Amino acid sequence: MTETRPRSRKSPYPLWFFIPAAIIYGVLFLVPTVSSLWFSLTRWDLSTAEFIGLENFQQFFSEPFLVKGLLNTLIYAVTTSGLKTVCGLLLAVLLTSNIFARGFLRTLVFFPVLVSTIGIGITFTVMMHPTRGIINVTLETLGIPGPGWLTNPALALFSVALVDVWKGVGLATLIFIAGLAAISPDYYEAARIDGATRLQQFFRITLPLVRPATVIVVTLSLIGGLRSFDLIWAMTRGGPGFSSDVIASVIYKQYQAGFYGLSTAGNVILFALIAVIILPFTLWFNRREVEE
Amino acid sequence: MTHRIKLILAGASALLALVAAGPSHADTTLSFLIDNNPDTVAAAEALVAAYQTKAPDVTIEIEQRPGGGEGDNIVKTRLATGEMSDVFLYNSGSLLQALKPAQTLVDLSGLASQAKVDEGFKSVVRADDKLYGVPFGTAMAGGILYNRKIYQDLGLSVPKTWADFMANNEKVKASGKVAVAQTYRDTWTSQLFVLADYYNLDAAVPNFAADYTANKAKYAETPAALKGFERLKDVHDAGLMNEDFGAASYDDGLRMVATGEAAHYPMLSFAVGALKQNYPENLNDVGFFAQPSDDAATNGLTVWMPPALYIPLTSQHTEEARKFVDFAGSVEACKIMVETNAVQGPSLIDGCDLPADVPPAIKDMLPYFEAKDKTTPALEFVSPIKGPALEQITVEVGSGIRQPADAAKLYDDDVRKQAKQLGLPNW
Repeated sequence: MTETRPRSRKSPYPLWFFIPAAIIYGVLFLVPTVSSLWFSLTRWDLSTAEFIGLENFQQFFSEPFLVKGLLNTLIYAVTTSGLKTVCGLLLAVLLTSNIFARGFLRTLVFFPVLVSTIGIGITFTVMMHPTRGIINVTLETLGIPGPGWLTNPALALFSVALVDVWKGVGLATLIFIAGLAAISPDYYEAARIDGATRLQQFFRITLPLVRPATVIVVTLSLIGGLRSFDLIWAMTRGGPGFSSDVIASVIYKQYQAGFYGLSTAGNVILFALIAVIILPFTLWFNRREVEE
Repeated sequence: MTHRIKLILAGASALLALVAAGPSHADTTLSFLIDNNPDTVAAAEALVAAYQTKAPDVTIEIEQRPGGGEGDNIVKTRLATGEMSDVFLYNSGSLLQALKPAQTLVDLSGLASQAKVDEGFKSVVRADDKLYGVPFGTAMAGGILYNRKIYQDLGLSVPKTWADFMANNEKVKASGKVAVAQTYRDTWTSQLFVLADYYNLDAAVPNFAADYTANKAKYAETPAALKGFERLKDVHDAGLMNEDFGAASYDDGLRMVATGEAAHYPMLSFAVGALKQNYPENLNDVGFFAQPSDDAATNGLTVWMPPALYIPLTSQHTEEARKFVDFAGSVEACKIMVETNAVQGPSLIDGCDLPADVPPAIKDMLPYFEAKDKTTPALEFVSPIKGPALEQITVEVGSGIRQPADAAKLYDDDVRKQAKQLGLPNW
């Protein structure tokens, strides 16, 4: 980040060397991005596109559920990202300590990351069925009336978020384990000699020194949370009604209805939203890192 | 890609056939795109098999696509990119209008088979005074499937008014059974109380469809239109539904009404096909009646038209495709399809009579069709606009999350968006 290359030095590679990469980049990333900006300004039925200015954006923001979808997106992103960070760190501490069957337990935590999201979604939908699902059946035998995990509008979004955390926490744990492994044991040894308790060691040594890993986990899970779609779609399709709709599912519904221009405008909005939230966040985190 | 591979394979096999059979007239391969509903597949296969005995030089390859919104996208995308199959199956009515038939499809007005096709059906595949499709399957109706055993056991009679219906429901509830099955896991099933109420709406406000299309009438401002939403709420508020209505699926609903767990299930009559397949021993226990109205004298049926076969302008084999589609619209083909599948309602081809042993649910529908003015096509067939969010809105009303008046207003907004996207005048 801080290293600067002298401008005068000529690149050792000739220009044509970059052309294949530039073509791939241009075709796969530049063209779609620019064309989606154009199509978001049109009424588009895939064969003809009629320029209508900012009407799509106006429509998207007057969509009664956009505000709700926006709010839900933020709630979902913050909940999943927060829980993944906290649980990931705690699990990483546990799985780097000297416990029984450490390798096996690490595998167990990482396993859900490898399973298809849609598969997980369908499995949990069955498990969270209000009367026949294993969760509520178990609760019932304990005498506790189980809630409608996915059918109660106040609960649906959080139920999906919890499943998302369960699925994604393995990756966060893995990153934290790598971060913890990079901390020199000398610090802990010195702290122990000074008489620091376990808790003090965690807050004074582990937490500050694992910051780079924390930044990665928070950024990745926040971006993932903001644009999350597959799990929500597999489990609730934004329902009941619109109660677990997020921006991505609102966009998908517009696409499904054949409003291609409108849904492209939604994608542009989602892109802008992620940039607006993530950019200052990473800048702030990186500055802190340099200061320390 | 697979399309191309198929073409190459088809070409290779055609070449082989030529070499083997010696020089003769060239074979043609038609591609035929249908949805993956088992009933559709069975009917399409029977149709193709029958046609190939008549035209052995034409090979027809059936391709399947998913149904619902995903399938709509596939059809629209393939049409727009010029990759559409030679013949394809798609909805009639408002969804067809969204394909801009005059610009994308082959005019089928001149087919010999059109002479026997029902006028009502022709009106839903027409654009700019030309016909673009031939019917695939029979008409169906929206209304309420009911369990005849429960009706017998409790001594109930088929209700004509909403008050009678609710009274029946209370008796069913008192007997410990579910009065009305609702299945909001498959959100589309939540719309029936609103959509099937269109006969009643049309009876009360005869020019609603035209005014609605012209942006002059609104659901929220038309009390008769609001009724559908209110009925949904009535059923929820009276506690008549199955406990797991939010998580139950269409299949659960069919099981409940077929096996007698529930007395009623508001549904389209195409469900008879699935009932025949999944619950054949219960098929005779299920009956059907139109959505009850306020006045017993104006009780009638809201009718859905079947999908149709179309030919895209991009087809390389228009002549052969026309011949195949012409056959599909004939009385002979209609009879083949009726024998293959459960009948969902009356046939739309003159001379193609239903077999005598149709299931009771279908028999219950026929008097409405035989009487005059007892049927009307659903709103989505007389107006090009149908808001895409209706199913979410009806889930909300049916779950008690939103009030009917508010829901109707929200739906009007949704409809405005659809109309604007279609570029309709006055919006």
